[in-house]
Amino acid sequence: MKIVMAIIKPFKLDEVRDALTSIGVQGLTVTEVKGYGRQKGHTEIYRGAEYAVSFLPKIKIEVAVDTQQVDKVISAITGAAKTGQIGDGKIFVFNLENAVRIRTGETDAAAL
Amino acid sequence: MTFKLNSRVVLGLAALAAGVLISDWALAQAAAPAAAPAAPPAPTFNKGDNAWMLTSSVLVLLMTIPGLALFYGGLVRPKNMLSVLMHVFYTVCIVTVIWVVYGYSLAFTGGSPYVGGLSKAFLMGVTLDSQAATFSNGATIHEYIYICFQMTFAAITPALIVGAFAERMRFSAVVLFIPLWVTFVYFPIAHMVWYWAGPDAITDAAKAVAAAAAGPAKVAAQAKLDEVMADAGQVFIWGAIDFAGGTVVHINSGIAGLVGALLIGKRLGYGKEAMAPHSLTMSMIGASLLWVGWFGFNAGSNLEANGGAALAMINSFVATAAAALAWMFAEWAVKGKPSLLGAISGCVAGLVAVTPASGYSGPMGALVLGLIVGPVCFFFVTTVKNALKYDDALDVFGVHCIGGIVGAIGTGILVNPALGGAGIMDYTVGKIADYDMATQVIAQFKAVLTTLVWSGVGSAILYKVVDVLVGLRVPVEAEREGLDITAHGERAYNM
Repeated sequence: MKIVMAIIKPFKLDEVRDALTSIGVQGLTVTEVKGYGRQKGHTEIYRGAEYAVSFLPKIKIEVAVDTQQVDKVISAITGAAKTGQIGDGKIFVFNLENAVRIRTGETDAAAL
Repeated sequence: MTFKLNSRVVLGLAALAAGVLISDWALAQAAAPAAAPAAPPAPTFNKGDNAWMLTSSVLVLLMTIPGLALFYGGLVRPKNMLSVLMHVFYTVCIVTVIWVVYGYSLAFTGGSPYVGGLSKAFLMGVTLDSQAATFSNGATIHEYIYICFQMTFAAITPALIVGAFAERMRFSAVVLFIPLWVTFVYFPIAHMVWYWAGPDAITDAAKAVAAAAAGPAKVAAQAKLDEVMADAGQVFIWGAIDFAGGTVVHINSGIAGLVGALLIGKRLGYGKEAMAPHSLTMSMIGASLLWVGWFGFNAGSNLEANGGAALAMINSFVATAAAALAWMFAEWAVKGKPSLLGAISGCVAGLVAVTPASGYSGPMGALVLGLIVGPVCFFFVTTVKNALKYDDALDVFGVHCIGGIVGAIGTGILVNPALGGAGIMDYTVGKIADYDMATQVIAQFKAVLTTLVWSGVGSAILYKVVDVLVGLRVPVEAEREGLDITAHGERAYNM
């Protein structure tokens, strides 16, 4: 099993969710985050005060999947979240040791 | 036969009665003009004037709470939102209480040219029938309404100051500073600029001089007129005009704010950490409420619901809109983007500048005043403040003091009837006085300087007194955590 973590542009969340649902992913977790990468920040001016805003708002999604499904998940996210502009985000994949469904006590693949 | 006789008698009696009634009426009519010169008609209340002034008083309260409170609150960081709202709310409440105890008396009774006396402390002698003078002969409003109206001015002025030392002032210091400031700075300045004997006292004394026979009677009448003319504040005696408070409210609070910002020092991390406004939505609501309430402030300062109030109203529309546009375009040209904060700051600057001019300038004068004050204040808050590196947190000095000075001097020019202004009434002769620009502008400068010095020095002393008594500034940890939690034990947003 793997955890696929993706940092995406906030307005792409619904498209990514639809793409993952269509390939059979049954759940994911979403967090509002801030960060920076190649897309730098921007400048805000309030009366005379200029502030460089270097952390931009992004959405982090985490989805746990079977190992053989990882490539499909990555291409689904990539396809849905891509705009071609700097700041589209990144995808990270981790090994997942164990999973438990709290309601039933099922474990591993049956819990996903 | 009997009937006819009776009917004649009845008709005759009726005719007689009617004749008596008519002749009584005719006698009364004839008698009235004969009695008139001896006793001029007593001043009368006009329900329209009173209704307008009741409304205006409430509109000025609306400017402060929630208008000013939200305008300021939106400009600070979320951790200090409640502290700013609390400073403004506390100020309104404490000044209201002080006003009826001794404030009204110190500002609006005779005494010296610098401050009034205590003859109306605890509103002594004020009743339902008490009258307050307006700007027309023979027209008064109920004194209770005048007390309420002026109370709201006394309340908003110190509330303007709190923006300068926002996010770092100890609450107990605010609690002490505000009553001290209104007592030693506001009441005297209000007295100096606005206190006078009123139109009827002046006109009556002037008529007595005209009517007096040459000789001792004439000398006595002239002495009486001089006494009435001298029963006024010093700035008023100089001939300076301030319709709704350019000096009393805006220069007064603006310089007190600058002195406070300098004495208390910069906020932690000023110029290094981001201190962006936390809700410009709130600030826009607040600025808009200020604009709406300002019609009570400016048009209400006419004290009567007549053409003068209408002039003040249209000027308060025009100058404000022009200043908001002027600031917006100046910012667009210089900084690259037209910001909402710029537009609403220009709106407030325009309101400030038109305040002293509102009942004196013509609408085209107000338009020019707005177009000038927008860029001037924009230059002060964006360039001068950064160059001098003082932390006037919410630009009380840059908008209120500078805007107030532009307005006060501008009023001296725009009052000129040749420029469409309303001119200045000379109540001794009952017509608009001759206008001389140099004389008027010099009087305006004297008013500005008096306010700057009195409030600047007075405020510095009072800040020092408060610093010795309780300390002006919160500890560093409290400033980092925010005043809402550390001073008030609550937070603005529990989400």
